[in-house]
Amino acid sequence: MTPEQTAAAPPAASAASAEEARVGVVTPAPASGPVASAPSRVDVSPEAAAFLVSLTAQHGPLMFHQSGGCCDGSSPMCYPVGFFRVGAVDVHLGDLHVDGIDPIEVYMSRSQFEYWKYTHLTIDVVPGRGAGFSVESPEGKRFLIRSRMLTDDELRAFGLDEAVTGAGAVAPA
Amino acid sequence: MTVTTPPNTYAAPGRPDAKVAFKPRYDHFIGGEYVAPASGQYFENPSPVNGKVFTEVARGNAADVDKAVEAAWRAFDSWKKTTIAQRALILNRIADVMEANLEMLAVAETWDNGKPIREALAADVPLAIDHFRYFAGAIRAQEGSTGEIDADTVAYHFHEPLGVVGQIIPWNFPLLMAVWKLAPALAAGNCVVLKPAEQTPASIHVFMDLIKDLLPAGVLNIVNGFGVEAGAPLASHPNIRKIAFTGETTTGRLIMQMASENLIPVTLELGGKSPNVFFADVADERDDFYDKALEGFSFFNLNSGEVCTCPSRALVQQSIYDQFTADGVERVKKVKQGNPLSMDTMIGAQASNDQLEKILSYMDIGKQEGATLLLGGDRADLGGDLTEGYYVNPTIFEGRNSMRIFQEEIFGPVLSLTSFSDYDDAIKIANDTLYGLGAGVWSRNGAQLYRAGRDIQAGRVWSNTYHQYPAGAAFGGYKQSGIGRENHKMMLDHYQQTKNLLVSYADGPMGFF
Repeated sequence: MTPEQTAAAPPAASAASAEEARVGVVTPAPASGPVASAPSRVDVSPEAAAFLVSLTAQHGPLMFHQSGGCCDGSSPMCYPVGFFRVGAVDVHLGDLHVDGIDPIEVYMSRSQFEYWKYTHLTIDVVPGRGAGFSVESPEGKRFLIRSRMLTDDELRAFGLDEAVTGAGAVAPA
Repeated sequence: MTVTTPPNTYAAPGRPDAKVAFKPRYDHFIGGEYVAPASGQYFENPSPVNGKVFTEVARGNAADVDKAVEAAWRAFDSWKKTTIAQRALILNRIADVMEANLEMLAVAETWDNGKPIREALAADVPLAIDHFRYFAGAIRAQEGSTGEIDADTVAYHFHEPLGVVGQIIPWNFPLLMAVWKLAPALAAGNCVVLKPAEQTPASIHVFMDLIKDLLPAGVLNIVNGFGVEAGAPLASHPNIRKIAFTGETTTGRLIMQMASENLIPVTLELGGKSPNVFFADVADERDDFYDKALEGFSFFNLNSGEVCTCPSRALVQQSIYDQFTADGVERVKKVKQGNPLSMDTMIGAQASNDQLEKILSYMDIGKQEGATLLLGGDRADLGGDLTEGYYVNPTIFEGRNSMRIFQEEIFGPVLSLTSFSDYDDAIKIANDTLYGLGAGVWSRNGAQLYRAGRDIQAGRVWSNTYHQYPAGAAFGGYKQSGIGRENHKMMLDHYQQTKNLLVSYADGPMGFF
């Protein structure tokens, strides 16, 4: 499933196991194991999931847009749904599933995604103070992206077979 | 502080011999006076030098922004009528006061941001001072125009200020970036509501305290606070006539969305991933020029890498790659890290804990992507009272331009190094990026230097130099790096609107009716 398809599809939680959805953490498929039925590009750490519950209580339903560029570029910006207008230039990477709140959509601009498509992103939270208009900064915390390379199975599942080599390394064009 | 203080080290704020004494608390500055925040709340401000809180700052919200915008409009009626000579004189006086307090401002900047004091003393503050003087001169020399449409009809063009403008300042050069926006706006006759970055909210108040009596009340207003609580209400305020922002792409888009609702102009500077291209003839001799080029290679450490134009991609021609990069790595090893208040220190602290965490996360993904670590790659613990500060070892990765560490502005002292085969390959790699703010080119061949500078899609191409920011050299981005050109008199256009008077001196009617 490509992100483009995901954007128009129901939340990926429908395909994830109930247990995974309940804890909000989708365990990535091991590189040598079978392809997961619903591989995901995005995930959320337990700390960030708990934090999102309290932020949702304050601000209502939330979404993320991954930033690029200077200063706080590379930070995932968290906004109330509707505050930031996503457009045709954006890719819907997937949803974060956290018990008790609506699925949280995660977006990135398509041009940036071209460079990021080989990596899996986990939204984590650290102490800090981000600029930008992201909702968490008054709390003394900052959302942060943790990245890992997609496994060969995930690459195939996302239609990125050309990136899979015998050694399991990623060789982007 | 309990660390041993070498004689060339400035005393840390808080000590009696410090050059700056921060107040324990900073309110907003609105309508010519300090005003407590509407919420009654303040937020703590730690120094990245040691991670410890040294002051607290007003936590602004929409009510504070409203108050500041109102105060600014009240001031505008008389400010717009000041003569250009009066405004230029005020800008020059601001520059003079800053110059007389250069060390105070530099120490304040270092303590708030973490940058080495020698950079603040030699670059940040002197450039800010000169920036006021440059726009004092530019506005004096600016003229409107007249057009003779026909023998009886004349078009007069006058420059008029926009009114009240909003400015949102980044944390990497808190004073200099504020002045880049303030000087043209004030010179052109606008009133300003300025929101400093929440990571570095203090040094601008040291500046404001010094110059507050030079400006009429309400001409410059400072509202502190978090982006979501104070920045967004400012950017979306229906009574501002322009919004200026330096930062990243998502917030840049959001600010444009807000500006679109109010149909007001924006200027944006959104960063880059600047290539620094070294052609083979750089290594033809082992002379001063070769030495200069190695300094150019090392410039990714300036301001701890927290520069929108950080030369964070080094592209070295294959024929000299092994020797030049070996020499470059040796040069970077000599970059001295330490107490930012020491004049010996060449690289200081990152501005915040989350910035430190982000840099470390990029080091992690760089290793995962298969980049080869040539130097650094981890956090630095400077020990003593600095052990809680946010320090990173200068880091060099060798890899391919398609890797994420080559495509995203890490905003730390992290260099991504790769090679190119020939001229076309160099330009292709240099331009393979979403951004186009800065670039560097190094060559002994003037024609090659010129062609490369023209072929690289970036707003500023340093040619046989890097990281110079003199007033009078336009600075701004191609591609996703932003809109507008700062640091040059053309920025006046972004803070002015044109009034055309179309005047008929004919005695009789036109003859239609």
